[in-house]
Amino acid sequence: MNQPSSTAAAYLDHAATTPIYPEVIVAMAQQLARLGNASSLHGSGRSARRVVEESRETIAACLNARPSEVVFTSGGTESDNLAVKGFYWSRHKGDPRRTRILSTAIEHHAVLDPLHWLGVEHEAEVELLPVDAEGRLDLEALGTAIERDPGSVALITVMWANNEVGTLQPMAEVAAVAAEHGIPVHTDAVQAMGQVPLDFAASGVDAMTVTGHKIGGPFGVGALMLRREAELEALLHGGGQERDVRSGTIDAPAIVGFACAAELAVKGQPERAPTLTALRDELVAGILDVVPDAIVNGAPTAERLPGNAHLSFPGCEGDSLLMLLDAQGIECSTGSACSAGVPQASHVLLAMGKGESLARGSLRFSLGHTSTRDDVRRVVEAIGPAVQRARAAAVTSAAGARS
Amino acid sequence: MKVLAAMSGGVDSAVAAARAHEAGHDVTGIHLALSRNPKSYRSGARGCCTIEDSNDARRAADVIGIPFYVWDLSDRFHEDVVEDFVAEYAEGRTPNPCLRCNEKIKFAAVLDRARALGFDAVATGHYAQLETGPGGLIEMHRAVDHGKDQSYVLGVLTQEQLAHSLFPLGGSTKDMVRAEADRRGLAVAHKPDSHDICFISDGDTAGWLRDRLGAGSGEIVDTSGEVLGSHEGTFGFTIGQRRGLRIDKPAPDGKPRYVLDIEPVSGRVTVGARADLAVDHLTATKPRWCGSVPIGEIACTVQLRAHGDEHRAVAQVVGSEVEIALVDAASGIAPGQAAVIYSGTRVVGSATIAATRRLTAV
Repeated sequence: MNQPSSTAAAYLDHAATTPIYPEVIVAMAQQLARLGNASSLHGSGRSARRVVEESRETIAACLNARPSEVVFTSGGTESDNLAVKGFYWSRHKGDPRRTRILSTAIEHHAVLDPLHWLGVEHEAEVELLPVDAEGRLDLEALGTAIERDPGSVALITVMWANNEVGTLQPMAEVAAVAAEHGIPVHTDAVQAMGQVPLDFAASGVDAMTVTGHKIGGPFGVGALMLRREAELEALLHGGGQERDVRSGTIDAPAIVGFACAAELAVKGQPERAPTLTALRDELVAGILDVVPDAIVNGAPTAERLPGNAHLSFPGCEGDSLLMLLDAQGIECSTGSACSAGVPQASHVLLAMGKGESLARGSLRFSLGHTSTRDDVRRVVEAIGPAVQRARAAAVTSAAGARS
Repeated sequence: MKVLAAMSGGVDSAVAAARAHEAGHDVTGIHLALSRNPKSYRSGARGCCTIEDSNDARRAADVIGIPFYVWDLSDRFHEDVVEDFVAEYAEGRTPNPCLRCNEKIKFAAVLDRARALGFDAVATGHYAQLETGPGGLIEMHRAVDHGKDQSYVLGVLTQEQLAHSLFPLGGSTKDMVRAEADRRGLAVAHKPDSHDICFISDGDTAGWLRDRLGAGSGEIVDTSGEVLGSHEGTFGFTIGQRRGLRIDKPAPDGKPRYVLDIEPVSGRVTVGARADLAVDHLTATKPRWCGSVPIGEIACTVQLRAHGDEHRAVAQVVGSEVEIALVDAASGIAPGQAAVIYSGTRVVGSATIAATRRLTAV
C-alpha cells in the first residue's frame, strides 16, 4: 500500500491504541506455538492454565488486586457491559426497588450505550450527572442524587479518566460516598492504566475495566477487575470459565501478551509519567505559541492524564485539521468517531459547556511510551499552516451556506 | 495536481479515482455523508448513502492505494437539497435533486472546501467530457456513452467550477468502466447502478412527501372543468404523468389521460389528452452559463429532463430569463426541471423551466 508507513508517522493517538511492545509480540508468539486448552485436565491443558494463572497474578500485582479478582474478557467494551448490566441485573434482582443507575455525561459509549439500553429495555432510571467546565464530575450533584433515595440506587459507574480530555475523576470521593450506602461502584480505567498509578484494593471501587491494547498489549483482551465478594449476573453463558461470570475458551496467548504489557506499562509508569507530562506541556505551549487563540480543554496538569493534550481551534473543522496533519504523517484524533467515520461534535465537550462549533473544531493529541520530542516538533511546525488552511475552508463553507 | 476524488461507493467514482491516481495525480478519496441517519445496508437502487456504501468506498480507496476520509455534509445537503426538494414540490414544480446536489454540494461546498485545503481539483465519476476550447475556455461535452451521459445534471457548472473539475470517465462506456473495475480488483465492479433519489430510502416519493407536506386534498378536473376525481396532495403529480391518476370515468375518446397542470394553492390537478401536453415555447429562469452569455437568438438543442430527448430550439437571453422556442413541440414539460442548452455535444448553459406555452389552450 502507498499509505505512509507507521514508522514514518508521528503517532500521537495513544488514547486510540498504543504501539505494541516488542516483548509482547515475542511472548505471544511463543504461547501461540504451544498446544493446550487451559480448561483441559491433561498435561497440555495444565501448561496452558499455568501461564494463564501466572499472567493473572502478574496483572493482579500490577493493580494491587488479588489474582481471583481478575476476570479476563475480550476488552474494554465487554468489561464495561459486563459490569454495568451484570451489577444492575444482580442488584435489581436482590431488591426490585433498585432501579437507578448514577453515572456521568462524559462516559465512553461502551458505558453510555449499555446504560441507555438498560433504560429502554429494563426500566432502569439512568441519571447522567453533570461535569464542570474542566470535565470533572460534580460531586455535589452525585451526593444529592444519592441522598434523594439511597435505597433505589443499583449502581454507580464513573470513568477513572476521560478518554477525550484526559480529566481524572474524583474516584476516592465517589467510592467513599457510595460505601456509606453500600452501593457498588464500577469505573472504566481503560485510559488510566499505565498512565497514572492504579491501586484496586485501595480505590474502594467494586469493579474496574482495563484493556490490553491501551497499554502496549494486544487487541481483543482485557479484564474486569472484580472484588471477590461482588455479585453480578453473567453476560456470556457457557463453559463457566472466569468465575462463572464470563464463559468462553480462555485465550492464553492474548492473556500472556496482556500480562507482559501490563508489567512493562505499570513498572515503567513512575518514570514515564513525568517525561510524558513534560513532552505534553511542551506540545501545548508550542501549539499556543503558533496558534495563540487555541483553547486548551480539560483539567490542569495535576488532574489529567500525563499524555493527553486536547485543544479547540476556533473557526476550524476538526476533520479538516486531522486530514491536513495526516497528509504530513502526523496522526491524532478529533475525539469520538461513529461507525461511518463521521466526526460528531463530542458529547464530552458539549457536557463541559462548549458550543457545538468549538466542539467540532477540536483535536486530541495523546502521547505514550513511544512519543518523542521529534513528534512534538513536527506538530508545532505543521499546526500553524494547517489551522490557517482549515479556517479558510470553514469560511468558504459558511459563505456557501449563506448564498 | 492534488486531486480530491468524491467516492460514493459505486463503481463509477471508484474507477474515476483510480484513473486520476494512475494519471499521476496526488489523489485523496472522500466519501460524502449526506444522510443524517444513514441506514446500515443498501436497499433498492440507491447507491451512496448507507454505511455499506461508505465501506465500499473505503475498500476501493484501499485497493487503489489512496488515503480516505468521510466528510459530513448532511446538514448542508439537508438545507440545500432536501428542503429545496420539498419546497419545490409544495409549489407544484418537479425538481431535480441530483442537479441541485451538483450545484450546491459536490461542485460548491466540497470544491470550495477542497480548494481551501490545498487541492487543485475535484474528480467524480460523472459521465461527461471536458475539453479546452478556443481562447482557453473549458468546454463540457456529452459523454461518449450517450446512454450514460450526465452532462444534463452538470449543466449548472460555471467556467470557474469546470476549471477545477475532472471527469475521468467521459470517454468510456459503462461496460468499459465495469470491466476496468474488475481488472483493477475493485469489489464494486458488479454493484448495481443507482437510479432512485438517494434520500428517499424506500423509493416511495409520494409517501415521503406526504410525511413532510401533510396529506392535502384537491380535485382532478378535465379541461372543461368537469370534476373527475380527487387526490391526497398535488405533490403526487408531475406534468405529463399518466399512471396513478385513479380516475374511474374513462375519457370520452377512450384514450389515456395525462396531467396537464398542477395548481398547488387550490390543489386542482387538470388532466387531458396527450395532444394537450404539447409545448412549443418555454421560459426558464436562473440561467447558469458554462462560458460567456449567448447574445441574440441562438440555434441550439435543449434537453428538458434527465435522460430526455434533445429538441431543436432557438434560445434567447431576455433580461434574467431565457426564452426558448421549440422547433418541434415537446410534451410533458414540468416546471422545476432544468432546460439544458447544447450546441452539438457542447453544453452552453442551463436554466430552470418556469413557464410553458401550450399549443392548445388549457
